[in-house]
Amino acid sequence: MSVQPIVAQETQALEAFIQRASGHGTALAETGLPTRRVEAWRYTPLRTIAETAWQQAAPLASESVAALLDGLPLPESGARMVYGNGRLLDGLSALPEAAGQGSDPVSPLRGVFSATLNMALGEKGLDLRIPAGTDAGLLTLISLCDGADVSTHLQHRIVLEDGASLTLYDVNAGEGRYVANPRFDIVVGKGAALRHIKLQRESLSGTHLAIVSADVSEKGEYDSFTLNQGGSLARHEAVVTLNAPHAMVHVNGVQIVDGQRLNDLTSMIHHAAPDGSSRQTVKTVLSDAGQGVFQGKILVDRVAQKTDGYQMNQALLLSEKAQINSKPELEIYADDVKCSHGATVGALDDEQLFYLRSRGVPEAQARDILVRAFLIDALDLVADETLRDLLGRSMES
Amino acid sequence: MPAVTETRETVEKLAKSSYEWGFETDIEMDIAPKGLNEETVRLISERKGEPQWMLDWRLKAFRAWLEMEEPTWAHIHHPPIDYQDAHYFAQPKKKPGPKSLDEVDPELLKTYAKLGIPLHEQALLAGVEGAEEARLPVAVDAVFDSVSVATTFRKTLAEAGVIFCPISEAIREHPELVRKYLGTVVPVSDNFFGALNSAVFTDGSFVYIPEGVRCPMELSTYFRINARNTGQFERTLIIAEDRATVSYLEGCTAPQRDENQLHAAVVELIAMEDASIKYSTVQNWYPGDDEGRGGIYNFVTKRGICRGARSKISWTQVETGSAITWKYPSCVLAGEGSVGEFYSVAVTNNHQQADTGTKMIHLAPNTRSTIIAKTISAGQSDSTYRGLVRMQPKARNARNFTQCDSLLIGDQCGAHTVPYIESRNMTARVEHEATTSKISEDQLFYCRSRGLSEEDAVGLIVNGFCREVLKELPMEFAVEAQKLLQISLEGSVG
Repeated sequence: MSVQPIVAQETQALEAFIQRASGHGTALAETGLPTRRVEAWRYTPLRTIAETAWQQAAPLASESVAALLDGLPLPESGARMVYGNGRLLDGLSALPEAAGQGSDPVSPLRGVFSATLNMALGEKGLDLRIPAGTDAGLLTLISLCDGADVSTHLQHRIVLEDGASLTLYDVNAGEGRYVANPRFDIVVGKGAALRHIKLQRESLSGTHLAIVSADVSEKGEYDSFTLNQGGSLARHEAVVTLNAPHAMVHVNGVQIVDGQRLNDLTSMIHHAAPDGSSRQTVKTVLSDAGQGVFQGKILVDRVAQKTDGYQMNQALLLSEKAQINSKPELEIYADDVKCSHGATVGALDDEQLFYLRSRGVPEAQARDILVRAFLIDALDLVADETLRDLLGRSMES
Repeated sequence: MPAVTETRETVEKLAKSSYEWGFETDIEMDIAPKGLNEETVRLISERKGEPQWMLDWRLKAFRAWLEMEEPTWAHIHHPPIDYQDAHYFAQPKKKPGPKSLDEVDPELLKTYAKLGIPLHEQALLAGVEGAEEARLPVAVDAVFDSVSVATTFRKTLAEAGVIFCPISEAIREHPELVRKYLGTVVPVSDNFFGALNSAVFTDGSFVYIPEGVRCPMELSTYFRINARNTGQFERTLIIAEDRATVSYLEGCTAPQRDENQLHAAVVELIAMEDASIKYSTVQNWYPGDDEGRGGIYNFVTKRGICRGARSKISWTQVETGSAITWKYPSCVLAGEGSVGEFYSVAVTNNHQQADTGTKMIHLAPNTRSTIIAKTISAGQSDSTYRGLVRMQPKARNARNFTQCDSLLIGDQCGAHTVPYIESRNMTARVEHEATTSKISEDQLFYCRSRGLSEEDAVGLIVNGFCREVLKELPMEFAVEAQKLLQISLEGSVG
């Protein structure tokens, strides 16, 4: 089902973006800034960014870098690549030894606004090629942003050759009012495995529009987890394609939304080959006037027989003003498949609260225990123990 | 015999009224030219002898329609519809139909035979030329029959204070009721097809159940005189006052041919305090031939509002016909503690497309809704469940449970599930689950080993798959619907 883009040309943001794109903005001009009438953005209105002429960010001062890094849950070991305001910070960065340099451009992804915007203004990010059969270990990618009315559009391309593996810890943070619009173009070769663990802790007035595309080959594995925790408006969007038999995909996540913030996890899992399996567990906890969005689509092509797809999406509302909009979607053209999804929305269970209270647990603590129990199912899906602990710590804060 | 006298009187009255309002006299003059403009709307209103307010209402709808665009979000594909290339009043001159039953698609006849439809009815349903005339002696009989049936019914209903009549009659006889409620659930500018219907609807049913009355019988379009030929733009309005109860059946299991390819009906239900409305549909319009040519496009807006506390609206539908089905029977739960239900079986085969589901809008505290949707796709068909559950800020302790199951038969079809879940109240609870699968080899093998043919086995399994919905249908409908499911899926296996 294709949705006609509604072109909103008049916005200052769009004009500024197109001007900055100098000649590369044709697709962006055609698409325009999506309004609520565009199906993919009906729950995540971009009006908060529409009337700002977002400019290119200036290089990040070293004291800002230090301030931003301080307090982030980061692993002690492993390679680290740090980007500040869209530029690589050489002094702080080193690639994993096993990683080779890639040379392919980021591939276009049509019909997805975040990708179109990124293509128009792309800034060079990671360009990795992990050689066949190599385990490149852990790479921590840190993307920082600091400024007023600026935007960054990093482009990362990561290719895992056959049998290669990599754990990518993708940390996003910043200060001030900005738009961070990273794009990941990921190719997972035969039998290769990429674990993509993301922490999104953008500034409380920042906007985060991430778009990941991952093509997974035979017996390849793309195992992702996203903790959406920051930004005034933040969408993590993943388009994952299982393009050869026996591929395996996880698109899991946790969203913790408070204040007036909106966090959004949108995904499209495309089974384009037989015998693939996909798993998705997304949990959202909402307090204050927080808004949560989950849009998860599983598309199974006619050829993708024996697909095994499962999706679970749950939201916990902790306050009167919180709001959740959820759209789990199945589009299935193959008959010999096992696909199911489940969704629940509700408050904390009064009986469970009562049970804990009757054991002498104070109310606030009892609530805390129940919220943690709700989230633990999803967090436990992060296989890497170190990263799971770091995310757990971030969730506590 | 008093019955005869009474019947004769009714027939006479009917003949007279059909002279006044009917479409069978003066057909030449009554055909409006092709096209849709304000004149068409005025003509329809004038020919139906409607009061000024009704015309104004239609014109408002028409003007709203002009501003609207045909929706494109549904998972359906069809060549563009030319709204100017159709007659909106009276029947278009009949295209030459089949000369006799011999020329009718034998598949259709086989289906009729299986449903046990008498021959002359078969000819009529298939639109055989001359069947109308040939029916005359029979028709008198038939009309006679149905008139007497209808009068008996009418008497019983009148005694209970129930109004059940064509909506055109209600506009004349009960303008205060129609004016008060028409368009309050589906406003004239609600959606493209709803607005079109509001502008040009030609007939439909009107039901009014007074306070405290339990309608003494199931109401059915089947028994309503004049039910024929109102298919294209049908308008139904059902009102149940405080503590009133009614069960309404729509449709017919027999596949019907109709030259009007586009159908856009609107149904509005209004339930007051402690009232209950049960609306059951079996839809089996002509789905087109094996290649999907010539089938009906069925774009329907159905919506009910539970206005009073503890009121209840229940939709049950079995959708097996039409080339395209686009319909979302919905409930607006505005009364505290009101209940909405939606039970649906949608079967598509060959090249049929169905995009159907429901909306449950919870406005008030302690409201409850249940959605059970079963989708079966076979052949090269596509079937989509599209539903919305919305908990508004005041819907404290509201509950929803949704279950959508899809069954795929064959590897050329598609089954899709698109639920929207929106909650703005922390105490509201929504649960949704959906599965997609095929008929398991084990189940088939088991049935086959007991001596069932493959088709019978599939029929049995499909009926089991749909049980939760079929048991919601009134008894006689349920039996027919089971048969219908099996017939609809013929040729989809083996």
